Amino acid sequence: MARLASTAVPSNGTESDGRRTGRPGPITLRPGLLRPDKKPKKSIVRTILMALMALYTLVPLAWLVFSSTKTLEGLQTSFGLWFAGDFALWDNIRLVLTHQDGVFLRWFANTLLYVVVGAGGATLLALLGGYALAKFDFPGKRAVFAIVIGAVAVPGTALAVPTFLLFSRLGFTNTPWAVIIPSLISPFALYLMWTFASEAIPTELMEAARIDGAGEFRTFFKVGLPLLAPGTVTVILITTVTTWNNFFLPLIMLRDPQWFPLTLGLNNWNQAAFTPGGQALFHLVLTGSLLTVIPLAVTFLLLQRYWQNGLAAGAVKG
Amino acid sequence: MTSAASVGERAPRTVEAGNGRRRRWAGWAFIGPFMAVFTLVFLAPIAYSLWLSVHRTQFVGGTQFVGLDNYVRALQDPRFWEGAVRVGLFLAVQVPVMFVLALLAALALDSGRLYGKSFFRISIFMPYAVPGVVSALMWGFLYGTRFGLTGNLNDLFGWNLDPLNSSLLLPAIGNIVTWQWVGYSMLIFYSALKVVDTSLYEAAAIDGATQFQIIRKIKIPALRGAMVIATIFSIIGSFQLFNEPQILQALTPQRITSHYTPNMFAFNLSFAGQQVNYAAAIAIIMGLITMVIAYVVQLRGTRKDV
Repeated sequence: MARLASTAVPSNGTESDGRRTGRPGPITLRPGLLRPDKKPKKSIVRTILMALMALYTLVPLAWLVFSSTKTLEGLQTSFGLWFAGDFALWDNIRLVLTHQDGVFLRWFANTLLYVVVGAGGATLLALLGGYALAKFDFPGKRAVFAIVIGAVAVPGTALAVPTFLLFSRLGFTNTPWAVIIPSLISPFALYLMWTFASEAIPTELMEAARIDGAGEFRTFFKVGLPLLAPGTVTVILITTVTTWNNFFLPLIMLRDPQWFPLTLGLNNWNQAAFTPGGQALFHLVLTGSLLTVIPLAVTFLLLQRYWQNGLAAGAVKG
Repeated sequence: MTSAASVGERAPRTVEAGNGRRRRWAGWAFIGPFMAVFTLVFLAPIAYSLWLSVHRTQFVGGTQFVGLDNYVRALQDPRFWEGAVRVGLFLAVQVPVMFVLALLAALALDSGRLYGKSFFRISIFMPYAVPGVVSALMWGFLYGTRFGLTGNLNDLFGWNLDPLNSSLLLPAIGNIVTWQWVGYSMLIFYSALKVVDTSLYEAAAIDGATQFQIIRKIKIPALRGAMVIATIFSIIGSFQLFNEPQILQALTPQRITSHYTPNMFAFNLSFAGQQVNYAAAIAIIMGLITMVIAYVVQLRGTRKDV
């Protein structure tokens, strides 16, 4: 494994325009030729091409926003990328929150529960495990590596059905545990934490703490944890997105709508239109979708530098 | 075994021996919790899945060992092959298209010649924050001819497009996946480009290299590691294709069958058809194919002399 990552890994996480400009050396001797400190000229053509791509990613989201402001009739009669006659957003939100005795709020609470316990637990386990892999030699370490990396290649497909059968024997199915327990394991998070811990924690610091008489856990909390904080935020973001967006696992594990997360609930409302005797709830599905997207989108906007650095580490270290 | 103990690079010479032995096992205190849950949700199901796949359960006679019968049956099942070929085709078309788009966008970001760079970076990445279910639902509406954008386009231009009920269905699913992941791939490539030492570009410029040559000779090779990882994730993702077709199925039940992808096939076999043994065999075959292809990609991708 190349240690290329050192420049990309968080440390302070300043993500401005990023690039290190020309270092002093022979270059500075010939400024007329290269002008390394001058920024390249902006290109209108490239900006337009890039704008087309941004249009591709943003138009569906814009459509979602416009659609959330429409009644069921308005959806069918108006142009997709503009408002319909009456502005029904607040009505729609009220309907979403009160439909079927406010089950949407219940789904929202379930999603939060799965994210806090599932993603939080996954981060904690990865934090401890990554620290162990990066900073300790212990019997069986190679076996741990081999097993975890080998198992990552096994697709979720092969796991879903037997996990369900296993959990149903243990009595976990149709309870929150069926969703939470599998969410606790994220091999990718373990891998990221291992990367962060190898880069961020100097072994000398740990030795110093030990010589001062600190036990292993004290050393971890006093030395390891503070240095791992930026990496931890990245891993929390990644596990949060995974848990928030989870669909396949709850679809298999849960029957009772009381335990559904938002994703499964929205799908249920959508399906209602296609089942005999069902009711078309498209305006609720769309407004509910918007309400589901907003929390994550805002989080991403606020915490930009963390996920960007996390992706950098994940991308380069391979 | 005792010699292995002293291999540790940080073997504590200054600390007394008893402490050292305890230190050897200290790592397990930290990795232990992960491995315990990992055993429950990864290793046990894999083992159980293997066991299921070589047994058969019948109303008469109960569960019996049948060797590789389920595997043979799967390999002779046209429904399995239909789905497998479909996801293979999907992989062969969707992933390259997405990577080319992501690569162009990453190079554009990296060139430093864009106005509003951070706006583009965040907007193109944004779909990553949208749950797969929501994007499938949303695109399902957009594709609809009654009140989606497709309907608007048809009205506007007099077209007769119907992505969900024509041969455009698979490309339509590919578009959903591309939309969702193109920004993520872009950022991975962009991150890899940012690590390249700028003095390389300067040296190349002194030698009179054109921008195109710099891209081809420096930037693309620098992306190889990121490409390999992204490709492996895409292979796994494509072979597990499930959410999008499963959600679109309500809109076009004739076109999306219960065996549209191998993952849907395994899911429907076990939950609608009660054929868990057969489903386990299919899941394992797909798992093996995924692992083999991912392994080949990794070998080829990390070869030094490509």
